[in-house]
Amino acid sequence: MLKEILKILEKDAKATPKQISTMTDASAEEVSKLIKKAEADHTILKYKTIVNWDKVGDEQVSAIIEVKIAPQRDVGFDAIAERIYRFPQARSVYLLSGTYDLLVMVTGKTMHEVAEFVTTKLAPIEGVNETTTHFMLKRYKEDGEILGDSGETKRQPVIL
Amino acid sequence: MSTRVKGITSQIVNKITPSGIRRFFDLVASTEGAISLGVGEPDFATPWHIREAAIYSLEKGQTMYTSNLGMPELRRELARHLKKSHGLDYDPETELLVTVGVSEGVDLACRAILDPDDEVIMPDPCYVSYNSCTILAGGKPVMVPTSEKNNFEIGAADIEAQINDKTKAIMLGYPANPTGAVMPRDKLEQVAEVARRHNLLIISDEIYGSLVYGTEHTCVATLPRMKDNTVLLGGFSKAYAMTGWRLGYAAASREVIAAMFKIHQYSIMCAPTMAQFAAIEALKAGEDDVTAMVEDYNRRRLVMLKGLNKIGLHCFEPKGAFYAFPSIKGTGLTSEEFAEKLLMEEKVAVVPGEAFGQCGQGYVRCCYATSLEDIEEALSRMGRFVGRHRK
Repeated sequence: MLKEILKILEKDAKATPKQISTMTDASAEEVSKLIKKAEADHTILKYKTIVNWDKVGDEQVSAIIEVKIAPQRDVGFDAIAERIYRFPQARSVYLLSGTYDLLVMVTGKTMHEVAEFVTTKLAPIEGVNETTTHFMLKRYKEDGEILGDSGETKRQPVIL
Repeated sequence: MSTRVKGITSQIVNKITPSGIRRFFDLVASTEGAISLGVGEPDFATPWHIREAAIYSLEKGQTMYTSNLGMPELRRELARHLKKSHGLDYDPETELLVTVGVSEGVDLACRAILDPDDEVIMPDPCYVSYNSCTILAGGKPVMVPTSEKNNFEIGAADIEAQINDKTKAIMLGYPANPTGAVMPRDKLEQVAEVARRHNLLIISDEIYGSLVYGTEHTCVATLPRMKDNTVLLGGFSKAYAMTGWRLGYAAASREVIAAMFKIHQYSIMCAPTMAQFAAIEALKAGEDDVTAMVEDYNRRRLVMLKGLNKIGLHCFEPKGAFYAFPSIKGTGLTSEEFAEKLLMEEKVAVVPGEAFGQCGQGYVRCCYATSLEDIEEALSRMGRFVGRHRK
């Protein structure tokens, strides 16, 4: 049942326990209890909104930064990764296989702000050998949602 | 002076009455901003990988006719699919035919097997084309009443009571449009037994076969000694959200397929080529899409079912397709009056049950293949409406 509840919430975080109970065979109380438990044990981390900031006209700059680091004895990449992900500017941090080690996604108000973070905070960290910064030019899809207006398709009102 | 006594149009066609609720449809079409629970198709667009396969076929210039039977690769995939999902062995060379939707399949099956005045037994209510296609093929539809009390399942004894020496076939469409009913295996076995005893064919429209919730769909052809006596009709429209592609198939004995093929090759030639390419992709890689859509429909089904019962429109549990078929008898209105007033007063469109047969009187068909927000809003408007019109 928890899995079914999570699937519904992942699609629509605003679904209330009452609504979810209508969609499933669980009672609203049972749904509430399972959600509370999932929140407590961090199965559910947070409820967020996917915003298309372009529509608001609020300029925002995002960058994807490839980071090469020297792994350290015992902790590997984790210690340096932690030093990076503690910065609130780093929206997402992943360890990857391949030609570089960490992928860091950074968002700032201006290009200058992002550049400042990379040059004064990220690059100087001991163990960070190299960074390559890619500024994002356009967002097409975010977290499974297509951002452009994707023209409504129209159904006939009545079909037998 | 002209002595023409006959009308211009064929007497057979004249026998088919245009749907009595045509006027209602026009009314819906002209009502701005109505929430429609009146559709009979998914609200999903065809999954992208299926659309992309068709686009690729167009880019490659695959725009010619295919084999009349349908592309060999598609028939092989269909055979594989029927084997995998039902354990059925159909020869892709002689026992499968790719059609323009199940709609063509129903028409072909009727024309292939019926002689003038042959009778076809079918449940009342049932999908609208069974009746008309039977008449167009020169046959006579015999409607067997089904009721909410029996979950709109057709009864073997009721069928048997209608059988005479003119009876040629039984037409079934389960999971059912408009009721959402599913035939449980034991009930279907009883019907098959009647068919065998009286040497009747079963034409089984299983277009909604993969849309069942918390129950199993039994394919008629899998029942003992039924494969050769069944014309199995299936398609891509509902399960893969491909209504506009117009693609379906028929699986039957070599003899019946050969007869259907004769008509098909002269009247249709072949199903649309790009749709066939899309269908191959759907069969090869579409299973996860179906599972995801079924999960989604099930949530909406429960919202619709509980909602209808809550506002006082009693509804039996529909276990298949994407329709609920609540009783509106508590309002004292006919189903057409109910649908028309609901549209005028609350701007919600549902389909009057009598569009599907006399036994649909007192019921309306509500399709839940629409967004949850719209379902909830429609239910709240219907709740107000029912409150005002309670007898």
